[in-house]
Amino acid sequence: MAADSLSFIFLNTVLANNFVLAMFLGLCPFLGVSGKLETALPMGLATTFVMLVSSLCAYAINLVLVALDIEFLRLIAYIALIASAVQLVEMALKKYSPVLFRALGIYLPLITTNCAILGLALFQTFKGYDFAQSLVYALGAGVGFTLAIVLMAGLREKLALSRLPSVTQGAALSLMLGGLLSLTFMGFAGLGGGHG
Amino acid sequence: MSRRRDDRLTWETFSEGLWRENPVFVMLLGMCPVLAVTNSAVNALAMGLATTFVLVASGLLVSLLARYIPRQVRIATYIVIIATFVTLIDYSIQAISLDLYNALGAFIQLIVVNCIILGRAEAYASRNRPLKAVVNAAGMGAGFTFALLCLGGVRELLGAGSLFGFDLFGPNFQPWVVMVLPPGGFLVLGGWLLLFDWMKQRGRETEPLPRGETVHGR
Amino acid sequence: MNAPTLQPRTPATAMLVVLGGIAMLSGLLVVLAAQLTAPLIAENQREAIERALVKVIPGSVTYRRYKVEEGRLLPAGEADDDILYAGYDDRGRLLGIAARAAAQGYADMIYLLYGYDPGCECIRGIQVLKLAETPGLGDKITKDPDFLKNFEALDARLDAAGTALLNPIVTVKHGSKRNPWEIDAISGATISSRAVGKALNRSAQKLLPAIRPLLLQIHRLEEKG
Repeated sequence: MAADSLSFIFLNTVLANNFVLAMFLGLCPFLGVSGKLETALPMGLATTFVMLVSSLCAYAINLVLVALDIEFLRLIAYIALIASAVQLVEMALKKYSPVLFRALGIYLPLITTNCAILGLALFQTFKGYDFAQSLVYALGAGVGFTLAIVLMAGLREKLALSRLPSVTQGAALSLMLGGLLSLTFMGFAGLGGGHG
Repeated sequence: MSRRRDDRLTWETFSEGLWRENPVFVMLLGMCPVLAVTNSAVNALAMGLATTFVLVASGLLVSLLARYIPRQVRIATYIVIIATFVTLIDYSIQAISLDLYNALGAFIQLIVVNCIILGRAEAYASRNRPLKAVVNAAGMGAGFTFALLCLGGVRELLGAGSLFGFDLFGPNFQPWVVMVLPPGGFLVLGGWLLLFDWMKQRGRETEPLPRGETVHGR
Repeated sequence: MNAPTLQPRTPATAMLVVLGGIAMLSGLLVVLAAQLTAPLIAENQREAIERALVKVIPGSVTYRRYKVEEGRLLPAGEADDDILYAGYDDRGRLLGIAARAAAQGYADMIYLLYGYDPGCECIRGIQVLKLAETPGLGDKITKDPDFLKNFEALDARLDAAGTALLNPIVTVKHGSKRNPWEIDAISGATISSRAVGKALNRSAQKLLPAIRPLLLQIHRLEEKG
């Protein structure tokens, strides 16, 4: 696969360069919200949606910034964009699925400070992806993020029922688990790019 | 005029960010850079200092402007202020050292979504006078830098056999490479947290019980 | 803690004024910072490139930047991206040209600069500009002396028609290099080593046929009048 082909970008971002497990983005929700599977999956989907929206808008905004030669405003523009996108999603959820809205609670507005979203916008700009590549990149990032937190939630649900030294409860445990997950995902490195 | 109960500037104002309310080890905030840029001690230090700059500068500005910012738009305003200082430090690092800039990568710009800064602005800087806000921010920054160095130091030591670039173990040292790779970050931070949690638990066990109170489970 | 005296409900205008004011202040600070640091940053970048150029065009002291456009070599402006560097010695003679190359490595893209000597029709050196490879393994491509020896005279001759390399540059397994156009991979870092080969081959195949006829134009450094 060519290095910048769409399928390569997608697979790479979901597996080999997973946003959470390899690039360390989106850790707060990863460690915080992933206690239960039933909140992890909707959180992942909500984040994926925000990522897609932000990616599109960031691409558009960047074109404007470059055209007007005001690229130093990029960071401020992106963060404003993300805050608005999250606000929109919040309002939509509140209206169409109040149960989900309540379940996600404080974690929904926290998507704004989720480094994964801003990181996505920034990386896609640095890498110079075009429109289609950015979309696929955002999709890959969202799927990868969802995959990571769902895996983590599954693991933690299982572990909640086993006996562990009390000192490992909480964040230390999540981090150790995260480390193991990250180690396994390292096996995907070189996927699709190894030959030819 | 709104004032916090205790308006005095004490050593606690600075030190609470170092240990008792250490943003990384206790409050578990700002994790992304902690794992991402701590593959070497130098990077960890640079990131810590950059974040401290943004913490202090935005804390100062927020504290000065707090009374003029209407409640409804305060978060948006704080974010704009923080983003401004992050952009400033981003350009400054580029001007100082391109190598450092490339090493830290996008994580400099990601300081803007570091929950510590927004959290501090909202919970502290907006409710205290400028001097206190600055001192507290400096303490938080110092605590954050300390946490980063704990991680960066261990990871660089084990993963590359050096500290701050100084080779410590000689050429026959077999580096534990995974330490400077992503899984190492997770594992080392988990290790530190285990250590601190254990120390806290021991401290609690050896404390004399206040009279008349029963011990509740953790 | 809220103030004991209630704040009156802020009208929309007050909010807009405050937001607008902060936005202006922030914009001002950012513009100032951008202006102040721009020359320093440009200087840093220039220095970094020059250090790399000295390495890939040995013996060079002055440089000119060119771009290939419509079959001609034109001086490149500041904004141009895809450029070549021409390196001259202290007597103004063209020693070689340098260009960038990139390919996907193990973890992420690897970017490098390579120097081509038209006299020997070979690549004289590479300098890795940016990489995210495994520390201690993939990043050996920047330091391993045996690996770097590959690039002291890497054959990059053109075929008879002058439209492609006579022998494509290729990375071979560690220890099996037999020909001057092969790169001996670092054992244990095959993917990163292969990436270097891919990058060089891709760039050279595209660039060298295009510039060979044009090099005469720039083989002496003219003093700009």
